[in-house]
Amino acid sequence: MTEHAQLHDPASAPGSDELAIIMRGVTKIFGPDPQAALALLRQGSSKADVQAETGHVVGLDNVSLDIEKGQIYVVMGLSGSGKSTLIRHVNRLIEPTAGEIVVNGEKVLDMTMAQLGDFRRTRIAMVFQKFGLLPHRSVIDNVAYGLETRGMSKAERLEKAAHWIGIVGLSGYEKSRPRQLSGGQQQRVGLARALAMDTDILLMDEAFSALDPLIRSGMQEQLLELQSSLNKTILFITHDFDEALKIGNRIAVLKDGAVQQVGKPEEIVLNPANAHIEEFVRDVNKARAIHLRTIMEKGTFEPCEMAMPADARCEDVLPCFDQHEWVGVLDNAGRQIGRVRARHVIKALARYAPSNGSL
Amino acid sequence: MFPELIDTRPLRRAVDDGLSWVVRNWGGELETAAYPLLMLLNWIERLLIATPWWLFIAFFVGLAFMATRNWRLPLVVFLGLVFLGLMQLWRDAMITTALMIAATLTAIVISIPVGVWMSRSDRVRQMVTPVLDLMQTLPSFVYLIPTVMIFGPGKIPALLATIVYASPPLIRLTDLGLRNVDPAVMEASRAFGTSSTQRLFGVQIPLALPTILAGINQTTMMALAMVVIASMIGAGGLGYQVLQGIGRLEVSRGLFAGLGIVALAIVFDRITQAYGRRLQERIGVGEVR
Repeated sequence: MTEHAQLHDPASAPGSDELAIIMRGVTKIFGPDPQAALALLRQGSSKADVQAETGHVVGLDNVSLDIEKGQIYVVMGLSGSGKSTLIRHVNRLIEPTAGEIVVNGEKVLDMTMAQLGDFRRTRIAMVFQKFGLLPHRSVIDNVAYGLETRGMSKAERLEKAAHWIGIVGLSGYEKSRPRQLSGGQQQRVGLARALAMDTDILLMDEAFSALDPLIRSGMQEQLLELQSSLNKTILFITHDFDEALKIGNRIAVLKDGAVQQVGKPEEIVLNPANAHIEEFVRDVNKARAIHLRTIMEKGTFEPCEMAMPADARCEDVLPCFDQHEWVGVLDNAGRQIGRVRARHVIKALARYAPSNGSL
Repeated sequence: MFPELIDTRPLRRAVDDGLSWVVRNWGGELETAAYPLLMLLNWIERLLIATPWWLFIAFFVGLAFMATRNWRLPLVVFLGLVFLGLMQLWRDAMITTALMIAATLTAIVISIPVGVWMSRSDRVRQMVTPVLDLMQTLPSFVYLIPTVMIFGPGKIPALLATIVYASPPLIRLTDLGLRNVDPAVMEASRAFGTSSTQRLFGVQIPLALPTILAGINQTTMMALAMVVIASMIGAGGLGYQVLQGIGRLEVSRGLFAGLGIVALAIVFDRITQAYGRRLQERIGVGEVR
């Protein structure tokens, strides 16, 4: 599979001012002699071949990503796809075997250990699947941990920590120990700890995967709500396609350490690049994934009685067809830019249904 | 019989002569080097003997109560210490306790840094582990004799032998505790830009503290186990009473002094264990729910 190589032509990338994180040809091979295995991989051997021949595990295979500022960028993949390896390259918790990583214009791989420490303390924050809270510290001291490593005075960091504990809805738990909290509450502490760092970039490694479905859904909504005011660049790792569709502005699908497809959620739902992605798409609630903008009939028509924003999803518009033949589609300024009717929606939902034999 | 392939006599003579050479040329220097240890031991001993018995008992009963917040352990401690007093073993018990405390303190100062070093490098661990095995299995008389030759009979060789014997469990448990700290917590700390020193003192040691305390508990127990042997070379204390009991075939003297050692062991073992449990509760074993 080499299509990802053409997906990322650096020349066609947006201006690097717009990009928070750039990864170019990042390859990670685990084992005692990664360079030998890398040579083999470069000659075109597959991940399985490299592992069989040299015993080295290919974690990432020539991954290139452009992550724009202010986006929630989701990397989606099943376990073993290399997604957790990928996110750890951004703050260099893992050193790549080959490739280049640029964060906010700084080459992460060129940093000395001191610069890297400074970078982690001030530019980037991370939320972990297993929370990674310090069990011997209270909630407020956990939230203040990142600020403490920066050398901020006690009064100042506790004030900031208390502020963020309030925002994630844990006021009153400041003095509790992490183990006295539920999983969802613990992850709120993890989130508050990362947000308290006040960095432009937030890394979230399967942050909600360990939580119960209802709590996960609540956390996703809270993250979206926070993001609407914070406008951070969030790199979000998940194995859950529904989660990716719900929160992602852009989604990259990873398999065997290689990027399979990058695009907006509905691009992936409407045009899965290969059978592997098709499999995810099959089980997805497409009515939730597809926006009106994608399926509307563009052009100027006489204004419809009923109208919805272009960001609305198919499932939002369905009830309107009970009373109206056509529903107008509005841009952010409230101008009608197109219209949809029930048949458009049905077509969009039906086109990639498995019964239609697209596999 | 195994055939005599090499002549071991020159080798043995070399070792013996080497030791004599060290004793002749370095004996004074080594004795000076060990002098601070003797000062520590004597200071603790004088302090304990000068402390009124009721204050000593009150202190340890209070310590036991602080550790458990109920009356059971304080009662056990009280009975154990009163037994020592009633049996006229108080002074000997203080001498033994002083040796145990001095050996434990020295062992802590040496062992924890070694354990930290071991936990950070697999190569160091590979090199130190056989040395620890040796320290624990080599009969103590084997190194007791050379130490007596160097320092002369008395408290210093007794203290050194006790330290050698009592340190390994603390080194091992420090290493184990530091290595077993949840890697997810360590990674999170790393992601927030901490230095390795910050991680050691801010994360690893606090989380490994219950295990390290278990090591200190082991060290106190092993130090008490050495008192009889230590008394043979002039450490005095309860061990000396046991030794005299054996020498004079006075079973009662040996028995009571032996029970006195047991009483001391119970007191220190239960108190350190209770503090370990308390610490573990406070930290929480993990964050699993």
